[in-house]
Amino acid sequence: MNIGVVVFPGSNCDHDCRHVFQDVLGQDVTMVWHKETSLTGLDGVILPGGFSYGDYLRTGAIARFSPVMKAVKQFAAGGGMVLGICNGFQILLEAGLLPGAMLRNKSLHFICKDIFVRVENAATPFTSGCKPGQVLKIPIAHADGSYYTDPVTLAGLQANAQAMFRYCDQDGRVTPEANPNGSLDNIAGIRNAAGNVLGMMPHPERCAESVLGNEDGRLILASMVEGLKKTKRVETVV
Amino acid sequence: MNTPAVMITKDLIAQHNLTDDEYKKIVEILGREPNLTELGMFSVMWSEHCSYKSSRVHLKKLPTTGPRVVQGPGENAGVVDIGDGLCVVFKMESHNHPSFIEPYQGAATGVGGILRDVFTMGARPIALLDSLRFGGLDTPKNRHLMKGVVAGIAGYGNCMGVPTVGGEIVFNDIYSLNPLVNVFCLGIAKKDKIFLGTAAGVGNPVIYFGSKTGRDGIHGATMASDSFDDESEQKRPTVQVGDPFQEKLLLEACLELMAGDLLVGIQDMGAAGLTSSSCEMASRAGNGMELDLTHVPRREPGMTPYELMLSESQERMLMVAKAGKEDACIAICRKWDLDVAVVGTVTGDGILRVKDQGKVVAEIPAKSLADDGPRYERPYQPPEYQDMLTNLNYDLLPDVKDANAALLSLLESPTIASKRWVYQQYDHMVRTNTMVRPGSDAAVVRIKGTNKAVAMTVDCNSRYCMLHPYEGARIAVAEAARNLACSGAEPIGLTDCLNFGNPERPEIMWQFVLAVEGIKDACEGLAVPVVSGNVSFYNETNGLSIYPTPMLGMVGLIEQADQTMTQWFKQDGDEIILLGATREDLGGSEYLKIIHAREQGSPPLLNMDAEKALHECVLALVRGGLVQSAHDCSDGGLTVTLAESCFSGQDQKLGAVVRLAQGRIRKDAVLFGESQSRVVLSAKPSHRQAILDQANSLGVPAEVIGSVTGARLTISLGDVTMVDVPVATLHDRWALSIERTLNQE
Repeated sequence: MNIGVVVFPGSNCDHDCRHVFQDVLGQDVTMVWHKETSLTGLDGVILPGGFSYGDYLRTGAIARFSPVMKAVKQFAAGGGMVLGICNGFQILLEAGLLPGAMLRNKSLHFICKDIFVRVENAATPFTSGCKPGQVLKIPIAHADGSYYTDPVTLAGLQANAQAMFRYCDQDGRVTPEANPNGSLDNIAGIRNAAGNVLGMMPHPERCAESVLGNEDGRLILASMVEGLKKTKRVETVV
Repeated sequence: MNTPAVMITKDLIAQHNLTDDEYKKIVEILGREPNLTELGMFSVMWSEHCSYKSSRVHLKKLPTTGPRVVQGPGENAGVVDIGDGLCVVFKMESHNHPSFIEPYQGAATGVGGILRDVFTMGARPIALLDSLRFGGLDTPKNRHLMKGVVAGIAGYGNCMGVPTVGGEIVFNDIYSLNPLVNVFCLGIAKKDKIFLGTAAGVGNPVIYFGSKTGRDGIHGATMASDSFDDESEQKRPTVQVGDPFQEKLLLEACLELMAGDLLVGIQDMGAAGLTSSSCEMASRAGNGMELDLTHVPRREPGMTPYELMLSESQERMLMVAKAGKEDACIAICRKWDLDVAVVGTVTGDGILRVKDQGKVVAEIPAKSLADDGPRYERPYQPPEYQDMLTNLNYDLLPDVKDANAALLSLLESPTIASKRWVYQQYDHMVRTNTMVRPGSDAAVVRIKGTNKAVAMTVDCNSRYCMLHPYEGARIAVAEAARNLACSGAEPIGLTDCLNFGNPERPEIMWQFVLAVEGIKDACEGLAVPVVSGNVSFYNETNGLSIYPTPMLGMVGLIEQADQTMTQWFKQDGDEIILLGATREDLGGSEYLKIIHAREQGSPPLLNMDAEKALHECVLALVRGGLVQSAHDCSDGGLTVTLAESCFSGQDQKLGAVVRLAQGRIRKDAVLFGESQSRVVLSAKPSHRQAILDQANSLGVPAEVIGSVTGARLTISLGDVTMVDVPVATLHDRWALSIERTLNQE
């Protein structure tokens, strides 16, 4: 599979995503500069973490105007799989590819630590390698990760099983104490209604190798690679 | 030459922190009076901060060579070969003065500066560590300083995508008015792609790129070369303002420029900005440089040559490109949305000639500015009170009665307590290399594309250094190397960041001279070269100096990344082995400070041969796969070390039962004394004999002192149980102490 990793000015997990898909999962990776206007030839797209445009104004608020985002929207509309991690998730929200918004963490601090998430929906191409309800240990590293949306949208997310990951304790209990940032309903990651766009705050690329002491994130990334192999995507010509 | 528009008066010279003799030397060099711009340029380049005028004669004594050393001191950072065609590039630098005046920006720009020093050399930065010193957290001001500094480091480092993987923090009221912010950075470069700050090749274009030049930070280097008084808050305009996003673009642009065949030399504009980068690059190549300020990108109109040459606006670089490659360089800078302009040419006459709007505004021999600054052999002598500090009658201090209470007090003292509140605000995992995260003896990052890993630690017990600068400095080197050994790493290089008071005081100079001697002897003893460094003098406010704080950053190599070791116990049933001998070493200990409120006595004895044998032993055991954990015994002594081994593992907390022999020394010295050259190991019982044999063959004292078991830490001395506390209780006190203190308002 050929996976595109978008590089915005200020992206800083772009190399990590390239490393994990290329060197760990053995896929082809293309770095896509944010001024590109076409994603032709790519099977899947990653919006990596970082501080696009320095997080100035609001996380993801400037990046959504990058030329490449028009192409990402078309790519998603055509059924292409798009994964936004951390800042990538924030950009997907700002771009309207996923519903809701990010607030500052409840503690007001940047938080970097391992957390646990429960896989709420294992019947998706991003999670096919996980068991329903499986607990994954994955690090977070963000200052603005408190997911928020209106009650109607939240009900919709729940009804369509779009809330993919929820913060939980080691034993899978979704509790207020296990919520690191104040996210609504302990939400750590959501997908769109069509199921081909996923945004998540935890960093699966940071825990996909035994040398780093944790391989839980690999389940998600390897699922995506498998999903890409099965996905038939419609190329839209600009 | 135009006539000086401003009269150079005695007051003006004094305002520039130049002495009469220094001014005379300037006139001699120029053969005339300087104009204001030239006076400003000399004052920053000849400041203590840039010229090392008080320290250079002593720093020369440090060992700087070794088989792995590619670049020693004198460049932007040191370079050490790690094999596989790769080098580590590292340096530590202080940003103390600005951080006191404006903690967030002071610390943030400290991170920015050291990152630039490393990527200027052609290395991609992969790790940051910080050494911080604050006053006690019982005052709102000290809490404010700490919160601001931590937020500043987080704000800059996180945005850059360089993980802050470790560090250390010590709290002592002596730092209340002079907090220390020392930042260490390490990068990875290809050995054949190291870039130096040199302006070689007459006729080559000089290109400015990065942020625009503004009026911030003018005379930052001069400010950092002066003591503080009550008016220091007014120096806020001399602190620079950082923009990590701009620096991230600068980093990527630099590495892209360096990947092509475009550059001759490159240097960042740090302290003394355009002045230092231009004259140092020219001087290193034995050349001159002509700059035309007309082309310098600027934030506001009306800036004078004086301001342009002295501005310390952040995130700026100067490069000398190969002739004809200007357009390629400019295109890369534009891709990254950076300001860029050709601002000059390399000349052959050795003169730094600065023009503005067609007029020559400064004309100074580059070498005089960069290298011919004053050198002082300042007088030094021990302070009169030194003997009073070291002479302590221990008979006046009652031996420990309630060791449980003492242990809990030590664990919650902020110097020993968990720094989780701090490091959770730092992204310590980005770049996916972090194998050992903050909270073990040393941080370890793997080197992608190899089987290797690099371990890093920053250390200095400044109380020891205050009590005996020579011994304290030796111990700092030994402890750093011991931390590396416990991680399975062999030391390959050291960077120092020497924080002291006012060198014009003989007692401060005495501390400095002895500390440098100590580092020298210890580095020679352990065969560790000093490859880069920084001196920060004038850490003094209203006449009160900090403790001498020669901070050391040491780097170690782990040939096989899977042989990396951590400090926490791994498995119930493992045996606990103490390597090294315990003496009655209470002097300067954390125990004396916390329990008896005394910072007195002689620091522990350090025998370098014993230390060396210990490192060899620990490394052999770790590499041989014989141990499950290894933890250096330092602050708080054996009992705190055991407690940390019980609870510092992320996934599980384990108890231990330990029996110590009641020797002829005080109980508190056995439990909390800080004898050097000791390491606590845990190992499977089946490896016991092999470990004891290995230690024996190297002459390292070794003793099985207990086992990992249960959920309590129990320590008995002879037949008496001295410590018996649930590990959960110990952990709670240790883990939450700093958070509780900071959240009290």
